[in-house]
Amino acid sequence: MTNKWLLPEGIDEALPDEALWLETLRRELLDMYQSWGYELLMPPFIEYMDSLLISSPTHDVQTFKLTDQLTGKMMGVRPDMTPQVARIDAHRLQRRGAARYCYLGTVLKTRPDNFAGSRSPMQVGVEFYGHNGLESDLEVLRLMIETIQRCGINNLHIDLGDASIINRFATQAELSSAEIDRLYTLLQRKAVTDLATFVAEREMPVSISEALLALPDLNGDQSIFEAAQELEAFNQPECKESLLKLQSLAQMLKRAYPELDINFDLAELSGFRYQNGVVFAAYMAGEGRELARGGRYDGIGESFGEARAATGFSADLKNLMGLGDRKVDGAADTILAPNEESPELQAMIMSLRAEGKIVIESVATELDQRCSHQLKQIDGDWLVQAVSNKD
Amino acid sequence: MNSPLTIALSKGRILKETLPLLAHADIRPVDDLDKSRKLILDTNHEQIKLLVVRASDVPTYVQYGAADLGVSGKDVIDEHGGDGLYEPLDLKIAQCKLMLAGPPDVDLERQTRLRVATKFVNTTRDWFAAQGKQVEIIKLYGSMELAPLVGLADCIVDVVDTGGTLKANELVPLEHIADISSRLIVNKASMKMKQQAVKTLISHIRAGVEAA
Repeated sequence: MTNKWLLPEGIDEALPDEALWLETLRRELLDMYQSWGYELLMPPFIEYMDSLLISSPTHDVQTFKLTDQLTGKMMGVRPDMTPQVARIDAHRLQRRGAARYCYLGTVLKTRPDNFAGSRSPMQVGVEFYGHNGLESDLEVLRLMIETIQRCGINNLHIDLGDASIINRFATQAELSSAEIDRLYTLLQRKAVTDLATFVAEREMPVSISEALLALPDLNGDQSIFEAAQELEAFNQPECKESLLKLQSLAQMLKRAYPELDINFDLAELSGFRYQNGVVFAAYMAGEGRELARGGRYDGIGESFGEARAATGFSADLKNLMGLGDRKVDGAADTILAPNEESPELQAMIMSLRAEGKIVIESVATELDQRCSHQLKQIDGDWLVQAVSNKD
Repeated sequence: MNSPLTIALSKGRILKETLPLLAHADIRPVDDLDKSRKLILDTNHEQIKLLVVRASDVPTYVQYGAADLGVSGKDVIDEHGGDGLYEPLDLKIAQCKLMLAGPPDVDLERQTRLRVATKFVNTTRDWFAAQGKQVEIIKLYGSMELAPLVGLADCIVDVVDTGGTLKANELVPLEHIADISSRLIVNKASMKMKQQAVKTLISHIRAGVEAA
């Protein structure tokens, strides 16, 4: 026996129950985004590497690549749909004002993001282009929460940060690009000891080194703002403004979702290097990794001709489905119909199907397990009757 | 401080040196660790449990939230990659060095590729690559010192404490790669969802480290 049935690692498939649930969620979510005014985009599954990487060079190792036989150019299967949406917004649509997009599709990653994770997540998300302000940040955050709750996950924890603060300090410390990478890694890991060594080895204004060393501890509730205020670097007008914005965003979010658990983390970049404003992530108890994340990354479209304000979130729908406790309602009534060419019967079957019922035309005498009802002719009329158990 | 907390520890030196720090935070295992064969240990706090796992598995347990916190050597964290972990505290225990070692006459500058035996595959490859050298790495799980003696490798990369094993096998330290000590590591989500409990624990242990 060979194991010809084995699928590649991190590649899965959905069997009927799961597929039905996934599809139900997919439709519900897209309908919801549409009702909020978000337009659906369907970017291609494969593009030239040049355009996939332009706004996010870190995607290189995550991309499955192949050569285009027509042009000899390198193509990649999308590992993330966000840069594709940026390309479409900046180059294809070239809109001036606010634009709202949503997307949902399978992406492919060379390595799973997490333990025993999927290499073909079903990425779902929204992007809000052309507006820089709390209103769009809040709208995207609300949609992220609505998306997760639709999947049956409650007791959410939201983590808020602002990447522009770290970016500002990095600029003021006059770090090279490689040093900034190192600093981001250390901050992401709250590696206090290594951060102290990193700061001590470099010349930078005292106020900045003080602030960098304080960042790993600046996470928690409202009290972190008081702690931050005591440091000179956080009292620069731009930083003060960022902190105020973050607090108002949290208050607005709390008003919309009073039961939500909201915390702040000023050292968090939510894993995206190219973000430069409010960043956020959603967590749930017992789950070691974030469920969804997002944030502001103004200027993403620059490489495609137009820098635009942008904010968005994304998540893996298969992951959300697996974690949620909402169960799909049982399928609609399933009715077994005899296989006859009677016009009355056919008309009846079509009208039942139009009502949303499932009608199976029997090809054998055996009763399909799913059928709860059957069509029977009684006194010339076709009637739907419940199937008694073990009939 | 009522959230349940799970702390992953590895048996051996790290465990022995971590227990006094945990005691500083008033956390003591109920059973005698030398006798117990349990893998989940109760403590004097009902909501705090200790997991005893293999040293190289500690970051994995913490990364995926199977444990909220863990104690792991910097060598193990670096080899693991540290992705998805916080390492907010250097416990300054189990201190040693990660070193390149080999027979005294090994030629590190030779033209042909060096064969290096180690269990720290990623760290070793990165360290040599940073010097512009490509080496052949031989992954071993233990008794690294044997490899050069029997001609399996030219040199080794391993943690060195007193250097006794090297000396006994007629090997010498060649290059210092990194200073190692154990770190307290924290799961990202636990840091956020169990903020109060985790932060209190960290501050108690920090006080213990400073007092030591």
